[in-house]
Amino acid sequence: MQNLTYSIIVQISRYLIIFLFAFYVYGSFSSYLKSKEKAEKIYNRQLRIMFIIHFLSMLILFLHNSKAAYVWLYLGQMLFLFLMDLTFRATYKHISRSLLNMTNMLMMIGFVELSRLNTGYATRQLIFASVTCILCLLVPQFIDFFEFYTKLGIAYAVVGIAMLAAVYVFGTENYGAKNWISIKGIVFQPSEFVKIIYVFFLASFLSKFRDFKHVVIIGIMAAVHVGILVLEKDLGGALLFFITFLFMLFVATGKKRYLLAGFGGGAAASVVAYKMFSHVRIRVMAFIDPWSHIDNEGYQVTQSLFAIGTGGLLGMGFSEGAPEDIPVVASDFIFAAIAEEFGTFFGICLILLEICMFMMFVRISLSMRKVFYKLVALGLSIEYITQTLLNLGGVTKFLPSTGVTLPLISYGGSSIISTIFMIFIVQGMYILSMDQEEEEMKNEGRKEA
Amino acid sequence: MREKEQRYSREERKKVENHRDKQDARLKRPRYNRNVLYITYFYIIVAFLMIAYLLKFVVIDSENKINNPYNTRQYLLEKKVIRGDIVSSDGVVLATSEKDKVGRYNRYYPYDNMFCHVVGKVEDGRTGLELSAGFSMLASDINPLQKLMNDFESKKSEGNNCITTINYELQKTAYESLANYNGAVVAMNPRNGKILAMVSKPDFNPNTESRKPLGTVDEENSAYLNRATQGLYPPGSTFKILTAMEYIKENETYSDYSYDCKGEDSFEGNPIHCFSHEVHGVVSLEKSMAHSCNTSFANIGMEINNNSLKKLCENYYFNKLLPVNFPHNKGSFKLDEDSNTDETIQTAIGQGETLVTPLQNLMIVSSVANKGKLMLPQLVDHVESAQGKAVSKYKAKSLGEKCPKKIAKQLNKYLMAVCEYGTASALSALSYPVAGKTGSAEIDSSGTSHAWFVGYAPADNPKIAVAIVVEGAGTGSQYAVPIARNMFMKYLGA
Repeated sequence: MQNLTYSIIVQISRYLIIFLFAFYVYGSFSSYLKSKEKAEKIYNRQLRIMFIIHFLSMLILFLHNSKAAYVWLYLGQMLFLFLMDLTFRATYKHISRSLLNMTNMLMMIGFVELSRLNTGYATRQLIFASVTCILCLLVPQFIDFFEFYTKLGIAYAVVGIAMLAAVYVFGTENYGAKNWISIKGIVFQPSEFVKIIYVFFLASFLSKFRDFKHVVIIGIMAAVHVGILVLEKDLGGALLFFITFLFMLFVATGKKRYLLAGFGGGAAASVVAYKMFSHVRIRVMAFIDPWSHIDNEGYQVTQSLFAIGTGGLLGMGFSEGAPEDIPVVASDFIFAAIAEEFGTFFGICLILLEICMFMMFVRISLSMRKVFYKLVALGLSIEYITQTLLNLGGVTKFLPSTGVTLPLISYGGSSIISTIFMIFIVQGMYILSMDQEEEEMKNEGRKEA
Repeated sequence: MREKEQRYSREERKKVENHRDKQDARLKRPRYNRNVLYITYFYIIVAFLMIAYLLKFVVIDSENKINNPYNTRQYLLEKKVIRGDIVSSDGVVLATSEKDKVGRYNRYYPYDNMFCHVVGKVEDGRTGLELSAGFSMLASDINPLQKLMNDFESKKSEGNNCITTINYELQKTAYESLANYNGAVVAMNPRNGKILAMVSKPDFNPNTESRKPLGTVDEENSAYLNRATQGLYPPGSTFKILTAMEYIKENETYSDYSYDCKGEDSFEGNPIHCFSHEVHGVVSLEKSMAHSCNTSFANIGMEINNNSLKKLCENYYFNKLLPVNFPHNKGSFKLDEDSNTDETIQTAIGQGETLVTPLQNLMIVSSVANKGKLMLPQLVDHVESAQGKAVSKYKAKSLGEKCPKKIAKQLNKYLMAVCEYGTASALSALSYPVAGKTGSAEIDSSGTSHAWFVGYAPADNPKIAVAIVVEGAGTGSQYAVPIARNMFMKYLGA
């Protein structure tokens, strides 16, 4: 009898989670088009949905395996999400609730999946996220130093290149790429932080200079970043930095020929890299025909496809699959674990939510007044969506695997810290522009009166 | 006022954005907002392409892909689904799940040893179709409402049935014809790649013997080894099909080929002789093939380019895995430009270091039968739900034209000669023309050899191709051809 009750709860929760998440994602898109008041209602509903999904998922986990750790993780994660919403909304009146909700939802999905895969990882992830979010409470305060940020120009590039070069010299290898550095036992990935500095560097130059001479100088400095990453065998990072440079250049100058030249150069560089580096050839081979190399080069991606394919549209049921068969599942291949157990339908909703997040970023970039802010927001949006698509593409074999994490969801201290910072920089810009707009409205109102 | 406040969020912001865009245009600054939108559209298009690709993979492609020995998830699904039946193409149940007294489901194989390799087993390491089609049988396409109820009650749902391409009657003939010999018989339709029979001996009874732990037995001689797909044999004279194919490819004047066979010859000091030193006299390419003249083929081997022959062989999957999803071994072909004369002439007649599985040899002869086009060998015809509703149907898939049509036609003529007046003339009594090649692969100096026959019938309209290997028996003519005759008679009549 008890078993029957358990299985009914588990089965109902399974379908309820998918349904609620689809409804949540629908809400995220539709709130764009709604009036302010209606949107507020949607945001409140989304909050409730998030807590319900979180509760149901952790309940299933607990029913399958009554570990005390799940109870503590549940309480800790719930408290975190609750405080995130409460404190940020209380501190910043004009915060984008849409963006805040999406951030929390994506982090929640990551927490839940990590709890299932490895409770130790889940605990560490929660701690990293908490500390970062406390720091991020201050980030919007620092956004308004416009003059200072635009002046730094070359300093950004120097710091970024120095950090990357330090990894090249002192770094340690991990999963074939030398992009980790270890200081007194603390291991982190500097390129995750250089990513942000790099956008500031590009924005500060491109907002002032758009003539050919400067484009060449900026290009050379961007190429140094990309070059070091290639040498470190961090292909995903190199691609990310390259694409960000190219698209920011295009937006700032509006010249399609830069775009064409960039893609031409990129294609040529890819061919050279293919000929020169064996690890590039291996990645390409594993992409074109993983099935013939299922024992070694193709092992990871085929295991990922088995997980996604066996799970099907509705999934195996949370904690009823075998995601641990996939190497590095908690960081790079976490999407396969989610799709296997929650189902591909849930996975597609997740992709849509990430697209929605990107659109929100872009929207904030569009509404910025100062070119520098506009470009920073744009650069961070490009980095966010490029990394997301590279990760998802690698997991589903839509693209070759490049070993980048899924922002906010993958396990990894450097990754979650830098992603949260990125989001709150954009959030801070939004708050700034809303504050200014409110002031203008007030002034206009005064004039009219 | 309140109304205005409400609309503020959407329209007001749009105005601001538009205004900024116009301002940019007026000041002859780049139009940031317009450029940003271009980039946004680009990403949204890529993301939607990826979603479409993912959906296609999960809904359409995944069934084929997840049925893979490397996917370990069968045991998870077995907790929820009763493994479906395996049924022959003529409707005979070959494997089924039976409930025992305690309510557990066990696998039962009504024909004991007869299908043990092709159908395989579940206990202690899945093999055969139980492995490669396991996921199809562990999916349940019964009424979704019923399935939901079963889920609620933690009751298992009935899995789908797997209808194989194996023909029960033909399998029985093959099994009985091979009698007590070790070896393999495999047959397929060369036009669509459907495998009609697959027998390997020694065999085992999956109902009683499956509990022997794997690894404790001698792998090489194990009854668990499916010799039809995993057994590696020297191809013997059946390899002459490929040698001749390469010769015709390289020489436009192949019809003028002539060689004077004296029963033995020597090439750069390396001796070679025909079977029992038989003297064939002056032979053309056709006669060389019909009489399986070793000296003539050694002579051909000297004329053709070793590297081109290697390329041709690799095109037929030597040194590579076959694109099939069931366990098998790679054939090997080692000859290249560095090989010496002895290796060259031995390889040309199918001795040397070349190794082939019966399935691969069947694929080679099937491509000749099918005018050069090789079809992907398949064991599953379709999958249907427990209620008999079709779930998925396997389509014939071409692996490409492995041999030009003209050459295939020419080889067909030669292989017909083999069965008319050559080493397989025992097949000439049938009412339809047969094409094929015998082989006697010597395995040691004492003269012991594996008997081979590969061929197809009717030669003018092929419906069945067979590959037969009888271990340590003697000549192909004597031991393999009679089995082929039984197979053709069963499938096509006398």
